[in-house]
Amino acid sequence: MKLDLITSLYVFMLAAFIGFEVIRRVSPLLHTPLMSLTNALDAIAVVGAIILAGEHKSNLAAILGTIAIVAATSNIVGGFLITDRMLRMFKSSGPKKP
Amino acid sequence: MMPTETFIEITYFIATILFILSLKWLSSPTTARHGVWAGEIGMALAIGGTLLYRGIVDYKLVAIGLVLGCIIGVPLGKVAMTAVPQRTALSHAFGALCVTLVGTSEFYLRAPNISPFMMAVLSMEVILGSLTFTGSLMAAGKLQEILPQRPITYKGQNFVNLGMLGLAIAIAVILVLHPDKTTLFPAMIIIPLLFGVMLVIPIGGADMPTVISLLNSYAGLSAAAMGFVLNSKLLIIAGALDGSSGFILSVIMSKAMNRSFTNVLFGGFGQIQAAAAGTQEQRPVKSATAEEAAAILAAANKVVIVPGYGMAVAQAQHKVRELFDALTKRGVDVTFGIHPVAGRMPGHMNVLLAEADIPYDKLLDMDAINGDMAQTDVALVIGANDVTNPAARTDASSPIFGMPILDVDKARTVMVIKRSMAAGFAGIDNPLYYLDQTLMLFGDAKNFVGNIVRELSGGDGHH
Repeated sequence: MKLDLITSLYVFMLAAFIGFEVIRRVSPLLHTPLMSLTNALDAIAVVGAIILAGEHKSNLAAILGTIAIVAATSNIVGGFLITDRMLRMFKSSGPKKP
Repeated sequence: MMPTETFIEITYFIATILFILSLKWLSSPTTARHGVWAGEIGMALAIGGTLLYRGIVDYKLVAIGLVLGCIIGVPLGKVAMTAVPQRTALSHAFGALCVTLVGTSEFYLRAPNISPFMMAVLSMEVILGSLTFTGSLMAAGKLQEILPQRPITYKGQNFVNLGMLGLAIAIAVILVLHPDKTTLFPAMIIIPLLFGVMLVIPIGGADMPTVISLLNSYAGLSAAAMGFVLNSKLLIIAGALDGSSGFILSVIMSKAMNRSFTNVLFGGFGQIQAAAAGTQEQRPVKSATAEEAAAILAAANKVVIVPGYGMAVAQAQHKVRELFDALTKRGVDVTFGIHPVAGRMPGHMNVLLAEADIPYDKLLDMDAINGDMAQTDVALVIGANDVTNPAARTDASSPIFGMPILDVDKARTVMVIKRSMAAGFAGIDNPLYYLDQTLMLFGDAKNFVGNIVRELSGGDGHH
């Protein structure tokens, strides 16, 4: 149990560094889509909610878990939809491709 | 043959790779859409894998949750581009809600058999989650103008806020030492819920980009904390990526306002407002009509348009696009200068202008455009105020002194579309308006730009 938490700390630290390096390179042009995309990815928390609701260990856990699934799923669906909509609008003025 | 657990772990592993690639591809507009696809595939894999988990006995609840989530999510994905800031704030609230509810359930399922370290991350999960939930709801309410946009300040505000945060942390410490005191747990949720509300009450509209970024970071960190609790590496990584993204954006936004985090959160702008109101002075300004503005723009070689929140409020971006077309057709070089905090969230102006079909290579950030300002014939400011205020460069007594600005005052002619001479958000007078080369164009941004376009096409005989 203790060891798991330590491993988790390493994973967190490495992921935070990767996040900094990758996201630093995102053009300011795309900061709004960046925020909506990371928000959709963050909603991966839905897997925890699915297990919680699905295991049905207590009624409280099942109810809260289901609400959590609703909240996270709406972020996934809405987040990906709007990010794609925004990115489709960004067009270059360069020579038009046929 | 392969145990289900191993298979699920493999889907999570692939999802993690795809999530990192997703953000990497987002760095450039040419590959950005691949990033969305990678994210979608990773998400589908991870959810699909989770559904195979043998511990799941109640598929009905899961299905209800997923279907309801889709029903709510689709309209949230289709909101108008002008509503994107409040939609983003709302999605931070939803993410934080999910994390808080899962954390609460985990506590009641596990207590009192919780190790101190586990209780510490669980406390972090629910404290960050619940304050982000109400804070984001408040931000969304202010952006949607359901709640008053003006900052609300009162005496002892910082004391009250810090006191609440301290109390929540104190309860967390008690629970870490005595996880059997389950009656304390609800307080550890309710106090941060209140704190979230109080935190955003004093925030004004112009500070929204920083606050939304900060809430984004909190939402990510709370999800990462949830990953610690559930021992899910995928969730830790997704949370860390979201957390660092929000953090980077907060730093960029704070720098662009020359303010620190603490200054934004425990803000001083309320006081400045009161002080600045007394020092209004009447100085002459030069104004011009749409006809005159059109003639000057048509004669220019290089025009820089500086949009601000006023353009979004007036919904003027499509008229601005017509102006861009009309001038480009006459051979005028038109670019846009975008300040990092223009609008209500990071990148707000870029999205609105892209929606109006303005090519993204014409949208330049502050550093790129400022070098060109001295060679610019006309700088046209539409609904932006403080981000063009030269006092930030020259007047050490100005509250915004040191804030990086768009140097529109270096252009040969400056035109400012503005409703009236009323001061901007911070109540700070803008010396730009009184310069010799400045012309004020009084009126609604959308109408005025429309009138200029009409004058320009009238000259061509396109009536």
